[in-house]
Amino acid sequence: MKTKGMVFVTVGSTLFDALVEAVCQPECLATLRKLGYTSLMIQLGKGNFIPDKSVGEAENIDIEYFTYKPNVAEYVNSAALVISHAGSGSVFETLRAQRPLVVVVNTLLMDNHQSELADELAERKFLYTASPETLVDTLRTMRLDTLVPYQSSEPSALVGTLDQFLGFSPA
Amino acid sequence: MINEEDEPAVMRWWSILSLTLVVGFVVRLVTVWMFTGHPPVTAKGLRNQRPLKTLIVLGSGGHTAEILHIVEKMNFKNYSPRCYIAAVTDNHSLAKAKRLEEEKAGDDSKQCRYYRIYRSREVGQSYITSIGTTLFAMVHAFYLAFSIQPDLIICNGPGTCLPVCIAGLVLKVLGVRWVVMVYVESIARVRKLSLTGLLFYKLHLMDQFYVQWPKLQQNFPRAQYVGRLM
Repeated sequence: MKTKGMVFVTVGSTLFDALVEAVCQPECLATLRKLGYTSLMIQLGKGNFIPDKSVGEAENIDIEYFTYKPNVAEYVNSAALVISHAGSGSVFETLRAQRPLVVVVNTLLMDNHQSELADELAERKFLYTASPETLVDTLRTMRLDTLVPYQSSEPSALVGTLDQFLGFSPA
Repeated sequence: MINEEDEPAVMRWWSILSLTLVVGFVVRLVTVWMFTGHPPVTAKGLRNQRPLKTLIVLGSGGHTAEILHIVEKMNFKNYSPRCYIAAVTDNHSLAKAKRLEEEKAGDDSKQCRYYRIYRSREVGQSYITSIGTTLFAMVHAFYLAFSIQPDLIICNGPGTCLPVCIAGLVLKVLGVRWVVMVYVESIARVRKLSLTGLLFYKLHLMDQFYVQWPKLQQNFPRAQYVGRLM
């Protein structure tokens, strides 16, 4: 099977060990390898769990990780698949870069409004959603070719509305 | 020495004075509410010529990213000079704002001002001490608002903007400055408003209340749907 390259896993700057742990399970790594992915790049954020590279080696998948970088564009843009927490920054960065995306919602967050966004975007077929528990199943059954490309949007309508309200002539 | 007979008179004076102040305040508050959402006087009739002094509240993290995305698209000729406020504990937002200003405004960016404000409450802080810190943050916000005296405050939550917007309201009510207040609900809010957003919406505080998803506008009809920012 043709190798599809790198999977970028990100929790942004948050603490979301459940996601990183779920990805680093042998079953998940095996699933990713079967799908053709050969390497993992993980942004650990504030997490405490450190992946064990040898587990990856056993499944023939290369695991690398770092704590946090403010700019991860290079990883998002070169990833064959992104598995991300549900933060809007990470989600929209990936969608705007037109990369396939699986969003994992952190069910432990007290105010879990993030699932609202993930669910809405999944409904519109821009991405897949999963929980840490259902991640492997989602990866196994997802059809990335059925995802709809995301059309980027801009604040022009907002700025135009505000300009008009304040009495400024249109630019 | 005050005579026994004078005391009731003094009390009556104080009562009349306090009552007048309270009634005056309430009347002024109602007046402000009635005019909230109406374009500022300068906008009626002729096109507005005067640039507006703009205060941008940076809420940290994704909130900063979203609001700077808006600022990037604003015509700086109309929104000038610009000031930015971020929380004392936020180490990244003001730097990001400075970078945007330097890129977009060049030399003009030198007239921008950057302020730090004490937060009402840190994540995990006990609610009892939060009362004290919230009051302190309010006083600090009032002080900043009174010294800056913006024409326009633009924010998108979270808690950092609450004291600033209330200070803006007070400026309005006291007749010191008609501050146009603009709130942009985060792109992450699809069907429900955030706590700050809900508060501002219920209190009719904002002159312009923007949401990014149609369902949200249906659930909160006084909000304006302006499409997604990203």
